[in-house]
Amino acid sequence: MSIYFDNNATTKLDEPVLDAMLPYLRETYANAASLHKPGRAARAAIDSAREQVAALVNAHPSQVLFTGGGTEANNMALKGLAARLKPGRILVSAIEHPAVLEPGAALTRSGWQVEQIPVDAQGRLNLQAYARLLEKGDVRIVACMYANNETGVIQDIPAISALAREHGALMHCDAVQAAGKLPMHYRQSGAHTMSLSAHKIYGPKGVGALILDKGLDIDALLHGGSHEHGLRGGTENTAAIVGFGKAAELAVQQLEKRRAHTRELRDHLQTGLRAINGIQVFATEAERLPNTLQFSVPGFDGESLVMSLDRYYIAVSPGSACASGSVEPSHVLLAMGLPADIAKGAIRVSLGKDNSQDEVNQLLTVLAQLTQGGAPMPSINPGVLAG
Amino acid sequence: MMQAIYLDNAATTALAPAVLSAMQTQLEKCYANPASTHGPGRNAAQVVAQARTQVANLIQARPEEIVWTSGATEANNLAIKGVADFHHRQQRKPGHIITARTEHKAVIDPVRDLESRGWRVTWLNVDAGGRIDVPALAQVLTHDTALISVMHVNNEIGVIQDISAIARLARENDITLHVDAAQSLGKLPIDVDALGVDLLSMSAHKLHGPKGVGALYVRQRPKARLLAQIQGGGHEQGLRSGTLAPHQIVGFAAACTLAGSDMAEEQGRIATLRNDLWGKLKTLPGLIRNGNGEKTVAGILNISVEGVDGEALLAAVTGGEQALAVSSGSACSAARAESSYVLRALGRTPELAGASLRLSLGRFSTQADVDIAADKISWEVNRLRALSPLWEVSSKMQAAS
Repeated sequence: MSIYFDNNATTKLDEPVLDAMLPYLRETYANAASLHKPGRAARAAIDSAREQVAALVNAHPSQVLFTGGGTEANNMALKGLAARLKPGRILVSAIEHPAVLEPGAALTRSGWQVEQIPVDAQGRLNLQAYARLLEKGDVRIVACMYANNETGVIQDIPAISALAREHGALMHCDAVQAAGKLPMHYRQSGAHTMSLSAHKIYGPKGVGALILDKGLDIDALLHGGSHEHGLRGGTENTAAIVGFGKAAELAVQQLEKRRAHTRELRDHLQTGLRAINGIQVFATEAERLPNTLQFSVPGFDGESLVMSLDRYYIAVSPGSACASGSVEPSHVLLAMGLPADIAKGAIRVSLGKDNSQDEVNQLLTVLAQLTQGGAPMPSINPGVLAG
Repeated sequence: MMQAIYLDNAATTALAPAVLSAMQTQLEKCYANPASTHGPGRNAAQVVAQARTQVANLIQARPEEIVWTSGATEANNLAIKGVADFHHRQQRKPGHIITARTEHKAVIDPVRDLESRGWRVTWLNVDAGGRIDVPALAQVLTHDTALISVMHVNNEIGVIQDISAIARLARENDITLHVDAAQSLGKLPIDVDALGVDLLSMSAHKLHGPKGVGALYVRQRPKARLLAQIQGGGHEQGLRSGTLAPHQIVGFAAACTLAGSDMAEEQGRIATLRNDLWGKLKTLPGLIRNGNGEKTVAGILNISVEGVDGEALLAAVTGGEQALAVSSGSACSAARAESSYVLRALGRTPELAGASLRLSLGRFSTQADVDIAADKISWEVNRLRALSPLWEVSSKMQAAS
């Protein structure tokens, strides 16, 4: 048993979510595209999940397109919008997740010019620089995440969208980390497309959504059949979609409770970290997600600190967890102007609804020991430590 | 509970108990991201690695040749567009693709997408039994043919293509061969080397595994060359990004292991049931079996019924007492009011293509299902014909001839 502080990487499936999924893994297994009775039962379940996911971002059910996850949703948004436009410029924030940066980069193959919008030292989009980039003209698409997966910094999406729209550009917002942690409103955000993921809000892995207006001119990413109005081929994963719906419903119901709980733990952790010599916490001046805290410990690189904490059965992340094996410094911290050695030393604690103050205290105790240079192997019984 | 006799296993299948229990363990206990380097993440990665071996074993491949996807549709898109994009980047222009008219929409639609981007496409015809004429295929190869994409088993009629013969042609001409094996995985023995395929699409939910997961086999030696279609983090050797879903992957693996463990007996049992079903149905006059019956996978029976309206037939057999869950055409195009393009490619009239039923059996199909289905279909066909001027005309013509 570990103390799990990696809830921005993924979350534990909530019990009511599993309970909601099980009937669709057991009895109601038919293909939702089938016209017979069992097929129609699966279709009805997907329809209700669509309403639940829409409510998560105050959208209309017709604006929810289910995908195989947040990465697919981001790929579809960028490539699908680009496919219907004359190649021009795309602006992406410098701190986007690879799931936005990489499809953006892939578009350069089809004649697009991709440019990054800088952020300030606190990780907030530099609005002046952004406006200047827009004024140069020919910007067709802007992509900016709602909240950053590493630092937790929240962007002013309505303002960023408004500027994009003023310049005739389409706005994509990766809201994978923000959904379920902040109140969200698709229409008010001004974004044309918004991506969501179930497994960041205690739902199952392997399902996400792209929120978009029905009339938006966008190409499919996965072609094959008339599923999702012809915009996403493939047999619907009914159980996962139902799980996503339930997770979304719970996220809406418990939003304030989860926010308050994780914020309290995060603030407690931050206070404790500041008492430990040399620890630097990032982006504290910016508005952040309530559950996220990124910091560096002098003398450690992020990966080795993750491994040290792992020996105490504490799970944290170095920067963002995408494909493993990466020892590059965090591009997010570099974009904030931090030197490479500090950026390389960063670790991220992302709290969840089931974490406790006791767990945070254990992390603080271990970090205090590690930074005193002793770095002892755990003498504490891990069972006791893990609670 | 399913309130119907389920004979739609080519559309999707029920989870096998062993699959569900493997998935449930993951859903309850293993929740970390397999890309995370901490202990829980490494445990998840280990679970995924074990599953990769199990799936590879079913097709005699190496684990590193398996790329997880969200299903066969994504695998087909990755194979087709991925090879095309690689070719386009190397040659700086689009090339030529060969596929068949009877492919699944998950192949036809990505190929059409390429067609709209300047690719030339040869749509092969099939014979009256649904098979591709391999010598005819040899005639349409060109110097810039980048890809041949042919399904192993057709989803509507169950016909098996001669993949080895097509593979020899592809290999001789240095053309990449992609095979959509969504309907054959776990039903026919597959050895990727013996078949000679470069890319092979798989789906879990057609063999009693979960929906939302599949894989693309990507040959390592000689290396199949393709570009990723979903980027963002470099998972799956850079070919497919996105957080892996261990519960789905483990379910897929359990389904593969189960299918591999009793394939010959189970397919034999299903073939017996299917033959019995056809034996009972064909006592009705005016019933035509679609597809080459000799070269058909065990679980699929596709029939056209003379003298009835297709919509009325489907409504009748899927409704009322003892409702059957069966398809007309494939589920994916079921929402459209057009008759099956596969059956029309066999030369069926639009009326006969429209008045068709696909009955597909699986692991949980029983003799009782077959008996009920045969009775129900016979009864409904007779009832509809009694009301139908179509049938009166056609039976008089038969009597006259």
